[in-house]
Amino acid sequence: MDFDRRRTATLRTKRIQQKVNGIDTNIFEHCVQLYTLPPTSTISLEEFEELAVERLKVLRAVETVGVRCSRGSQDYKTLLEKEIKNSKLKRSILKWRDNVSHFILRLAYCRSEELRRWFIQQEIDLFRFRFQQESAESRARFLEINNLGYKPIDTEEQKEVLVNLQDSEGKEALAIENVQHYKVPFTEALDLVRSRRVYVHHGFAYVPQDDLVSILLTLFRMQLSHSLAVSNLQSFASPGRRWEVITNVVSLSRRYIGQDYASKKPVGEITADMIDLLSKTSFPLCMQQLHSAFRSNHHLRHGGRMQYGLFLKGIGLSLEEAIRFWKSEFTKIMDGDKFDKQYSYSIRHYYGKEGRKADYTPYSCIKIITTNTPGVGDFHGCPFKHSDPDVLRQKLAGQGLKQEGVDQVMQFVKGGHYQVACARVFELIHGSLSGGLIDVEVSFQHPNQYFEESYKRLHKDKINSNTPQAPRAVQIVPPPSKDRQSDTVTNLKSNSQDVTAPAASTASDPHEEDDFDELDETVLLDEAE
Amino acid sequence: MTSKVDKYDPGSLSDLLPLYYKKLFPYGLYFRWLNYGGVPKTYFSNREFSFTLKDDVYIRYQSFTDQQDMEKEIQKICPYKIDVGAVFTHRPKDHKTINAAAFVAQEKELVFDIDMTDYDDVRSCCSGADICEKCWPLMSMAVKILNRALKDDFGFEHILWVYSGRRGIHCWVCDEVARKLSQAGRTAIAEYLTVVKGGENQVRKVHLDQYIHPSIKAAIEIINSNFKDYAVDKQDFLGDKQKWTKVLSLIPSQDIQKEVAEELELLPDSASRWKKVKKFIELSSKSGFTDSRQADKEIMLQYCYPRLDVNVSKGINHLLKSPFCVHPKTGRVCVPFDPDDTDRFSPAEVPTISQLLDELNKVEAVDLGGVSKHTKDYKRTSMAASIEVFEQFVKKLEKSWRGKLIEESDKKMEF
Repeated sequence: MDFDRRRTATLRTKRIQQKVNGIDTNIFEHCVQLYTLPPTSTISLEEFEELAVERLKVLRAVETVGVRCSRGSQDYKTLLEKEIKNSKLKRSILKWRDNVSHFILRLAYCRSEELRRWFIQQEIDLFRFRFQQESAESRARFLEINNLGYKPIDTEEQKEVLVNLQDSEGKEALAIENVQHYKVPFTEALDLVRSRRVYVHHGFAYVPQDDLVSILLTLFRMQLSHSLAVSNLQSFASPGRRWEVITNVVSLSRRYIGQDYASKKPVGEITADMIDLLSKTSFPLCMQQLHSAFRSNHHLRHGGRMQYGLFLKGIGLSLEEAIRFWKSEFTKIMDGDKFDKQYSYSIRHYYGKEGRKADYTPYSCIKIITTNTPGVGDFHGCPFKHSDPDVLRQKLAGQGLKQEGVDQVMQFVKGGHYQVACARVFELIHGSLSGGLIDVEVSFQHPNQYFEESYKRLHKDKINSNTPQAPRAVQIVPPPSKDRQSDTVTNLKSNSQDVTAPAASTASDPHEEDDFDELDETVLLDEAE
Repeated sequence: MTSKVDKYDPGSLSDLLPLYYKKLFPYGLYFRWLNYGGVPKTYFSNREFSFTLKDDVYIRYQSFTDQQDMEKEIQKICPYKIDVGAVFTHRPKDHKTINAAAFVAQEKELVFDIDMTDYDDVRSCCSGADICEKCWPLMSMAVKILNRALKDDFGFEHILWVYSGRRGIHCWVCDEVARKLSQAGRTAIAEYLTVVKGGENQVRKVHLDQYIHPSIKAAIEIINSNFKDYAVDKQDFLGDKQKWTKVLSLIPSQDIQKEVAEELELLPDSASRWKKVKKFIELSSKSGFTDSRQADKEIMLQYCYPRLDVNVSKGINHLLKSPFCVHPKTGRVCVPFDPDDTDRFSPAEVPTISQLLDELNKVEAVDLGGVSKHTKDYKRTSMAASIEVFEQFVKKLEKSWRGKLIEESDKKMEF
């Protein structure tokens, strides 16, 4: 079976090569690619769907494995290799299917910022993994094919700057003396520059040979994020079967990354007066923190207002109530006139009533953890990531957690599993999330998810009894390996069994179906604009 | 900050502005700067400006075809504040007639905004919008550190530093590479230049490894040569127990914290206490407390390293107050200053709009007496020195594109 596939794929490669006559007959010269040329051949819809699902599986594997093992470790390699082998995109047939499946998912994942972010991250991890698997020779060839003619600096210059290289890379001079360094315009090595991992002088970054991949990643990320933005703007010509398949794929994608709470209908009638109480019973720690800072300072800085304001929108606070809520506090330090001028505009903005009228999405955990790190005077961010351990311990104790519970949570924090830590706090307060399964850890993807779980539990009697017994909004993962201590985000999504299970099996979940309808609508609206 | 000539009354601003915009605003130089030699031709006319009128009425997406158009508009509207935005694909004025997706910000200077309020946790003299000569050195250190990094590390040459009129400073990096930077590029530079990180839940906001990046090393050197004057003498940062407890909390090892605290009680002043702290850290790192070995440098960085408002730098689209605006609250003009002479720059000496118009009146009275000169009005007031700085900046910028134009025409001619 597998063998058959390979043969048809080879045939197809030939076919596609003939189609692009005149441009470059060798478009898949290297088995790793930057996806600069979209496929031009015709494929059946079944194939289209299958390819999408296969690539999703791989990307999802990239994500799960990345959570369980630290990137670059032996475990990571073995596991990911195994996962890729299990998919139908395995190495031997990679080139063409790789190309086509990548471009199909571009269509599916260009629709919202959250989707794009997820897709880019996984594609980049996959690219890094595959590039690093290649031999030195093959990597050099890759650079050549893609016209990336970086040249190493000569020994004379290397000697001159050796101390600076040592201080920048944080390694002893002896260890880098014989490593080749490439002088690259700093604009092409942004990741390395940003984290101050290389020496930067007169506009050039001095990049050690092993970090060249980081430059490729920057390039790849740039191209990809640009193309996704462009694809998003181009509307699809005619609705029909093709469109259905694409939206189907989009709905798949949502299933894999969770809801974005963008146009969530109100859970109940939440009003400004209820927030004080709700913040104590049902808000995740990050929002509690913002709420109490807001109440005591009568003010929140921009980052805090965005994170908190959009969250409140997500729990179902109407625009009118939101303005009432913010105004009542702000006007303790300023007159109503000033508030109307300076702040009500931005609140209307969150609700898509001003400016470009974009309906802003409440921030997900990943966004809160990875972007816009809080600075002096800021109370936003993820308390699990952005707190000193002592301060966090105190806060946890303030939640009524016992010493033992606090220790458990802190253990996850120490390992960099902030979202697991948050879910554990939830469990210690509200009871288990995993529905009786032992030896699994759960995590939240979204502060609004935390709220909804909590609200549902505390208001069971009031919520419409037609709703089936709480569909599990929380995904379950095996416990993260204890030895891993890294700063990376733990975006835990799935357990490993799910990875190999056919994606369609979750499609009957009524909760997901709703979600799909809602999205479909927004997509069509977009198109109409 | 109070100064001898400070008699500006915010209520009179709307009366003073028409005269200021008529006689003092340096339109010529300003246009020569933002026109960038007319390459491409639409560079100036596609630039967004925005005006703030009386009572915080805000109008975005203004644009001007040329210098005359700009002069006419500004003098007609007399905005309380002018912001400079990005260069767009189309004239911002026409943005409503263009498909929103096609109207895109393409280029802008790389800008930095440093605001004294962000230092409230480490200055003891004032807070909020207030500044005084005791905390202003923070700004001059920031200028020195950033100016060095932008020049030496990133190779930028055309950097304009401007006083924001009240409590901070702005920096405009105008090299072509900087103007063409993507959002990711701007973010990378801003984060490269950010060392103090952490919100209200984190006490230690600077973490150094055994090896210190050359850029931070250079910053530490600059701080070091200003630290005694600023932290010890002006701020008296170890002056009492409350103050030194705060400083000592930045040392990772609690054992060291306790031991030093006891010793500090016995010493008379900040200078001797700081010596003691450094000594202690040096000794303890030799005897194995490796986590605290950089603590003295971390303290210096946390207290003095520039704190950028990164969100201003990140977006191509972000608006920043234009040089030569008048700050409505203080009446002071947002003047450029020389980064190599930043120690001598004092915000208290920046002229206010009322002071400038007074000066102008006096000069004009003399003119009526018979002596008439063909000098620009602003050159005859106390704004002259700042204008000189601006002029030098513009001239240097012009040289860069002149070189380029000649290079290109040579290529075309091929004699």
